[in-house]
Amino acid sequence: MATDRQLFDFLLRLADSDLVLAQRLGEWVGHGPVLEEDIALTNVGLDLLGQARLWFAYAGEVEARFAGAGRSEDALAFSRDGGEFRNLLLVEQPNGNYADTMARQFYFDVWHQLLLVKLAHSCDTRIAEIAAKAKKEVAYHAERSADWIIRLGDGTDQSHARIQAAIDDLWMYTGEMFDPDETETVLAEEGIGCDVRTLAPAWREVIGSVLDEATLTVPAGTSMQRGGKNGVHTEHLGHMLATMQSLQRSYPGAQW
Amino acid sequence: MTMERSEWPLWEIFIRSQHGLAHKHVGSLHAPDAEMAIKNARDVYTRRNEGVSIWAVKSADVTATAPSEKGPLFEPANSKIYRHPTFFPMPDEVKHI
Repeated sequence: MATDRQLFDFLLRLADSDLVLAQRLGEWVGHGPVLEEDIALTNVGLDLLGQARLWFAYAGEVEARFAGAGRSEDALAFSRDGGEFRNLLLVEQPNGNYADTMARQFYFDVWHQLLLVKLAHSCDTRIAEIAAKAKKEVAYHAERSADWIIRLGDGTDQSHARIQAAIDDLWMYTGEMFDPDETETVLAEEGIGCDVRTLAPAWREVIGSVLDEATLTVPAGTSMQRGGKNGVHTEHLGHMLATMQSLQRSYPGAQW
Repeated sequence: MTMERSEWPLWEIFIRSQHGLAHKHVGSLHAPDAEMAIKNARDVYTRRNEGVSIWAVKSADVTATAPSEKGPLFEPANSKIYRHPTFFPMPDEVKHI
């Protein structure tokens, strides 16, 4: 029987991956390669931020069941340390150049879409409702990032080299997405979560066909980094949180 | 030797709104190709649920009148008052004309 603490942990994973990636995309504001792309990528970031809020709100309610009081969305986002974050290592990786950003987005979007399609059938109605809303937004994200992979891969020699390098560099952070731990296993068995291992074949198929169309090579590496789901992060997360949380850390509870 | 274009081409964007039958010109944007022009238009011009359909046309493919031809093209119409039905007496009951 899954405990509320496990459900809380599961919700944080969904919320944190959305929040951290939204923050990364926010770093591009005003720095996009062209105005249109600046707006489009920021839209994706705002979609993810909106989804993070829904997951945080639910997480706070679940936390209240076992801890007496649940934290607010803001408290969960701005007052936890890096070790308490449960996001995937992939999404905390720095923006790099535009190819790095798009490769990260592409790997995540395809997985995210597959996951939400499954979660839309969760027997936890709240999870099912949030996933049903989010999956429409994410379907567009996945389409957009695949478009970019194809255009960069099948573009100039320089864009091809950059996107192939980005695809290769980030590959080692993709294994974690399909590697369930005890929390996920228990929730999957009860029909609340989903068995992430079952997402892998469809994910590989989409990645393979898009990279193929983009004249890119699917990385062959099998050595994967993991730890994000349990709070063991790369050095990049702490720096990002320092920026993201500085205002609430300096002026706790500040509102405007 | 030909100069390589480093800028994306410009596209004119037309959107059909929820209530309108015709696509209306809303503005222009840059995009590398037609498909991305549609996607960019979605993000730039339909953020507030403005439209149900988008057209993108390469600005270079639009043939326009030149400002210098304004006189010959449009002025003759002004003197042909019979084309402007402004002197028909309208019954008071008829509204919205």
